[in-house]
Amino acid sequence: MPDIKPVISIKNVEKSYYGNKVLKGVSLDVMPGEIHALCGENGAGKSTLMNILFGMPVIHMTGGFEGIIEMDGQEVHILNPRQAMEHGIGMVHQEFMLIPGFTIAENIKLNREPLRPNLLGRLFGEKLMSLDTLTMKSDARTALNRLGLDVDENLPVDGLPVGYMQFVEIAREIDKKNIRLLVFDEPTAVLTESEAEKLLDAMKRLAAGGVGILFITHRLDEVMQAADKITILRDGTQIKTLNKADTTAKEIATLMVGREVEMRQKERAEQEEAPEGGREIAMSIRNLRVDMPGERVLGIDLDLYKGEILGLGGLAGQGKIGVANGIMGTYPTSGEIIVGGQELKLNSPKSSIAAGIAFVSEDRRGVGLVPDTSIELNMTIPAMVNQGRFLRHIGPLSQIARQEIRENAEKYIQELDIRCTGPRQAVRRLSGGNQQKVCIARALVLAPDILLISEPTRGIDIGAKSLVLDTVDRLNREQGLTVLMTSSELAELRLICDRIAIVTDGKVIDILPPDAPDADFGLAMSGVPVGTQSGGAAD
Amino acid sequence: MSNVKTILKNIGAARLIIILFLFSLIIAAAGVGQSMSVLASDSLVRFGMNLVLTLAMVPAVMSGTGMNFGLPVGILCGILGGLTSIELGGTGMGGLVLAIAVALPISAVAGYLYGRLLNMVKGSEMMIGTYVGYSMVSIMCIGWLLMPFKNPSMVWPIAGRGLRTTISMDSSFGSVLDKLWAFQIGGLTVPTGLILFSLFMCLLVYLFTKSKTGIAMAASGDNPRFAEASGISVNRSRIIGTMLSTMLAAVGIVVYAQSFGFMQLYQAPLNMAFAPVAAALLGGASTSKIKISHVIIGTILFQSLLTIALPVANVLMPEGNLSEVIRLIVSNGIILFALTQAGGGRE
Ligand SMILES: Nc1ncnc2c1ncn2[C@@H]1O[C@H](COP(=O)(O)OP(=O)(O)OP(=O)(O)O)[C@@H](O)[C@H]1O
Ligand SMILES: [Mg+2]
Repeated sequence: MPDIKPVISIKNVEKSYYGNKVLKGVSLDVMPGEIHALCGENGAGKSTLMNILFGMPVIHMTGGFEGIIEMDGQEVHILNPRQAMEHGIGMVHQEFMLIPGFTIAENIKLNREPLRPNLLGRLFGEKLMSLDTLTMKSDARTALNRLGLDVDENLPVDGLPVGYMQFVEIAREIDKKNIRLLVFDEPTAVLTESEAEKLLDAMKRLAAGGVGILFITHRLDEVMQAADKITILRDGTQIKTLNKADTTAKEIATLMVGREVEMRQKERAEQEEAPEGGREIAMSIRNLRVDMPGERVLGIDLDLYKGEILGLGGLAGQGKIGVANGIMGTYPTSGEIIVGGQELKLNSPKSSIAAGIAFVSEDRRGVGLVPDTSIELNMTIPAMVNQGRFLRHIGPLSQIARQEIRENAEKYIQELDIRCTGPRQAVRRLSGGNQQKVCIARALVLAPDILLISEPTRGIDIGAKSLVLDTVDRLNREQGLTVLMTSSELAELRLICDRIAIVTDGKVIDILPPDAPDADFGLAMSGVPVGTQSGGAAD
Repeated sequence: MSNVKTILKNIGAARLIIILFLFSLIIAAAGVGQSMSVLASDSLVRFGMNLVLTLAMVPAVMSGTGMNFGLPVGILCGILGGLTSIELGGTGMGGLVLAIAVALPISAVAGYLYGRLLNMVKGSEMMIGTYVGYSMVSIMCIGWLLMPFKNPSMVWPIAGRGLRTTISMDSSFGSVLDKLWAFQIGGLTVPTGLILFSLFMCLLVYLFTKSKTGIAMAASGDNPRFAEASGISVNRSRIIGTMLSTMLAAVGIVVYAQSFGFMQLYQAPLNMAFAPVAAALLGGASTSKIKISHVIIGTILFQSLLTIALPVANVLMPEGNLSEVIRLIVSNGIILFALTQAGGGRE
């Protein structure tokens, strides 16, 4: 038997952050051409392990790690991302790492630009050679084509929808010539099902070419679809490495959480259909236009009924994300929004909050969090500033009410199962999924009448996902919270929404009941409304 | 062992170097026969007189405008307050209070305008701030000549108009804070009033950072997009931060001058932003993150270094002007070192 060595072999890797052990001896091998999935709950240590492989500065700034990493049987010491690249490792990060002002092609070729000799270059060496823009563009084009992405490579990355940014990141990695191992940290989290499909195909094609792939995802169906091997982490401990052929999604889920998980389809209490005109309208949107780059809204009319969960679905870049941002006033908006009989002042987050609207942004790094501040303050700042809560007043002066803030944080940490060292931990130090939960808690603390929640389960594990969806559903049923939920995942919209509006080309194409056939959703997403509309103000 | 490691890491390489340097200076000072108690007393005074100026960095950094290199703006307002107080014949504690009372509204207005300006140049506040500071100092060089102050202790004796470059405060409110409740143990003089007053200012700023406005300001500095989406006006927060920083600078220079014994006009305020910036950085602050503890630790380290380096240099290089050169090299060297630490090195 020919002796094929693993592309990478991780041996007994351990890592602590500030005395807190987050990886407790993990070992795994990735063979050439193998797709190896890494599964685990939020905070299990998946990103940490990948950051170690890629030599990310966070690792070395916090005291390095223990254990051995071998490539082709040779021990390697990867101290920075540059060395990782030299070893042929490519990484697609959980949070984007693109330069906004550069074009797609420039981002793909960044730091590896093809050069053309000129006079200065001949005299003084590589640093002064000209960029060969034509080769750059054609290389970028090739990489994008391999991913099946039909977008102009001359566009700046700035305005791109998140789904496209994800593909650009991936294109950058596969363009590297010597690539041996590709690491994907939750690449599909921001993608719709069809886009994710495309990505998985691309991954399989790459693997067939002999590249080893490490793949992190919370979507178990993707694991079952694409992976050859699966390693499961729980709280930094390696639970098991399995062959895909010998396991089921249910077993993986159980191993991840350490207990039986019900992957039940939640049944909805049969809504007694009130006559159309008779339901109270919580928010009425007319001719909404939102100038959000990459997610433009071009005139939407929509009524949100009191006490319902209205879903907003559609492909990336079609404008569904823009709607909530417009209502909240975080991007330039025009049109008319009536909340509780009053016209809402547009382009003013303050007025929106005052009108009882809270917002969980799809962009948790950019808008959702104050990274260097504690969990407890992150949860309460908007309530303090807008509602004067969590403050003690002494005449005209105020001081934060520590006790109250602490208790509030503890309550939500428990309720949403946020994995942290305590309410005072800085949110920067939380894993991605746990940061998401802090964002949700912050919106709930405002005790809103209307909750706008965008991509609520992005990057959170299956256990936490049902927790979040259940929480939204419970608040909706018990307290009559009205919800506008935007999501790329149709499945999750169908799970808890009363109605689902599909946004295509910046307009609501159709409003469908959650149990409408898949084909109807597919049609709506491609811009064709189904004849039988189930009510609503779409025209 | 790992404990020692974490402690060292918490202190940070930059501060470790400075602490070691300080220790070697202390040993050198003892070696050349300097009196430890005199050096300690001087260090205490310099700590107290500079603390408020360093503290002025806190609201600026927290609101997201970076280190306030435009500190001279506030300093000029403080000087104006001090001069007014002297002109009106203020002496002792009353003179000090009057100086601060005059300086605060002026610096509030100046800070507001300066804040408006900084909102127009987001991203290059520190550079613009340096220029604003320089320009204001230059404009005031003319101002000092033209202002209608009459008090003979302040104007040029022969011309009878135009303010002098240094104005003695012996007959007004020089050393009022230093002498307040001052006591001696051994050869060590403790300027109790000065230190208490400066620490009290720290307490006020600390309380502010834990108020509604303070929290909103810190959030704007940490993540402006978050702040906007949470209904906080980032521009307003930045103006408040700049105003507070400017007002603290005004109070700071009054405290400084009463301790120093002189008001220094004309070119003197020009480079006064650098020492506070350096002290804050040495204390562990960065251009985007600062705590009151950074201010206190940094001021202690930076000022002790300067205090002790000077007599050591004097002994090593007795020729008059050489020791002055060495002193300049040391103090600017420390400032330069601190600036290289900005943002880097720590988390
Ligand atoms: N920079 C950091 N400083 C301190 N602790 C950290 C840091 N980054 C991560 N951690 C901690 O390490 C643990 C593992 O985090 P990691 O990001 O690897 O989780 P993950 O498996 O990728 O989770 P997720 O699915 O939520 O992305 C968590 O408990 C987290 O709080
Ligand atoms: Mg992660």
